[in-house]
Amino acid sequence: MAPNDVSILVVDDERAVRDSLYGWFTEDGYEVDTAVDAQEALTKLRQRSFDLALLDIKLPGMDGMELQQRIREVDPELPVIMITAYASIETAVKALKSGAFDYVTKPFDPDNLSRLVRNAIRQKQLARENVRLREKISDLTAGDQLIGESEAMQKVRELIKTVAATDSTVVIHGESGTGKELVARAIHHHSDRRFFPIVDVNCGALAESILESELFGHEKGAFTGAHQTRKGKLEIADGGTLFLDEIASISMKTQVELLRVLETKQFTRVGGNKIITSDFRVICATNKNLEAAVAEGTFREDLYYRINVFSIYLPPLRERRSDIPLLANHFLKTYALAMNKPIREISPEALDILVRYEWPGNVRELENAIERAMVVGTPPAIRPEDLPMSLERSVSSDHDALAEVEKRHIAHVLDKYGWNISHAAHALKIDRVTLYNKIKRYGLQRP
Amino acid sequence: MSAQLEIFTLNFSQHELLIALREWLALEFNLHSLESLFSFSLNNAYDPARHQYNATRIWEQVLKARPDSHHKLLVLTEYDLFIPVLTFVFGEAQLGGRAGIVSICRLLESFYGLPPNPDILFQRLRKEVVHELGHLYGLRHCYMPFCVMGPSTNVERVDAKEWKFCPECLETFARARNDLALRLGFPSVK
Repeated sequence: MAPNDVSILVVDDERAVRDSLYGWFTEDGYEVDTAVDAQEALTKLRQRSFDLALLDIKLPGMDGMELQQRIREVDPELPVIMITAYASIETAVKALKSGAFDYVTKPFDPDNLSRLVRNAIRQKQLARENVRLREKISDLTAGDQLIGESEAMQKVRELIKTVAATDSTVVIHGESGTGKELVARAIHHHSDRRFFPIVDVNCGALAESILESELFGHEKGAFTGAHQTRKGKLEIADGGTLFLDEIASISMKTQVELLRVLETKQFTRVGGNKIITSDFRVICATNKNLEAAVAEGTFREDLYYRINVFSIYLPPLRERRSDIPLLANHFLKTYALAMNKPIREISPEALDILVRYEWPGNVRELENAIERAMVVGTPPAIRPEDLPMSLERSVSSDHDALAEVEKRHIAHVLDKYGWNISHAAHALKIDRVTLYNKIKRYGLQRP
Repeated sequence: MSAQLEIFTLNFSQHELLIALREWLALEFNLHSLESLFSFSLNNAYDPARHQYNATRIWEQVLKARPDSHHKLLVLTEYDLFIPVLTFVFGEAQLGGRAGIVSICRLLESFYGLPPNPDILFQRLRKEVVHELGHLYGLRHCYMPFCVMGPSTNVERVDAKEWKFCPECLETFARARNDLALRLGFPSVK
């Protein structure tokens, strides 16, 4: 393991010890900094991060043990090796009990010291890698990928949890691109059916005859081109959830058949006469006003009442602008990973444009905008010129201005306290959880 | 060819070994050396509690005595060396500096209770001398297998590595030597 980019802080009041360790670790290729006492060490730790700290147990003023406790407040993950003048079980136990990675007795055997330092750094790297992998796995397996902390989204989440526990049919209303499919998946993920499939059917994308075959399946020879028997989506969804997107675009004929299936959970494949029973839960989505469609006679009233047991309204993005930074940063991370491009942030000017834009295409349009910006942009940040939209369709409101002021103030306080959440929360007179939520909401990132 | 390395001996009785080392450095690295006499003061270098000598306090003396020298300055000794935080060192050198020291005390087979072996001693000495010279030319420890710039934390590791630089360290070493030669107006070092 090459120690490139690994930094070590040596804290000892003896100059000879500091100089020796500085020389030894520098020759080993580490980046080394030293401090004569606890105060200097804490100052340096607040200014930048280190990968390992070696602390003399006996320091003037605050001793090594106490310093270690204080370090935990600044950087809880930092491995600490305590330096003692003489080996004693009492000192060793005390150091280890207080959370030290290990301890060494002066003078050190060079081989032991090298091994100990390598192990401590390796442990930190593994712990960091572990966290990163867990986050990645969690992202990959998460059923609930709804992003947003706005009041509207919090209400949506509450409704999802409420309805997920039941087996009721749900209709999700919302403009195109608002994330209706994600809501359907979140309901499925939180329901008892989560270990079975969620099967989606985009009713608007299929012609009447094809949709029929898609839903009910067909027997071999049922029609020209039906060379094999094929299961329909209703059958595949057995035990799970059937998600019918753009339900308003189903023809009147299919609506009749669908209504019968929803009531009996029984059907036959196209061209067949064997009755098939399937146990599925139905979630529908639409960007149309179903009541108006019923009034116009394009949607059956009995089907409307059959599916409209529980409805969830997903607000357009312009009605939850405070979620835009969160969403934008989520898409940035996703595409940075997919494209392997080191763009890590969105410049404040670009974010301002994103927040002010009207987003007629909602979250889908935002995702496309970030994807495009990731293609044309250059590291390290997305800038206004990388975005496909201008401020022409932008709006501004007092609420936005207020949020911007709050965001800047929080960023300022966080910087002032070196991103120490406890200190910053105390200064802002809010609790840590609220601060974390605000950091997430405003998409603030540690520099 | 003018000398590029000035060697000082301190309690060092192995003259044949020194001659062999100097010839080998000239042959392998085109590194010519001269041997100088120097009167060391050991009062502040010797630690009676440890029965060892502070490596830094020794090479600092030749550095002080040759303030304007263009040579690299290397002390060879049979004394057991330490730096304050470590139980022992085989040698020490200024990183990218002018002075360093190598001890053969723990390179001797007799230190480990084994019969003397001049061949093994020569193999170990040349590795440690090249290693410290590497530091003097600004090289840090290298983790390529067998590279002479690998850390020498025990004699087994000294034996395990070769006296040669890995390609990357060799390039850095050659560039540093050339840069120094050009700065001093000497022909570039091959």
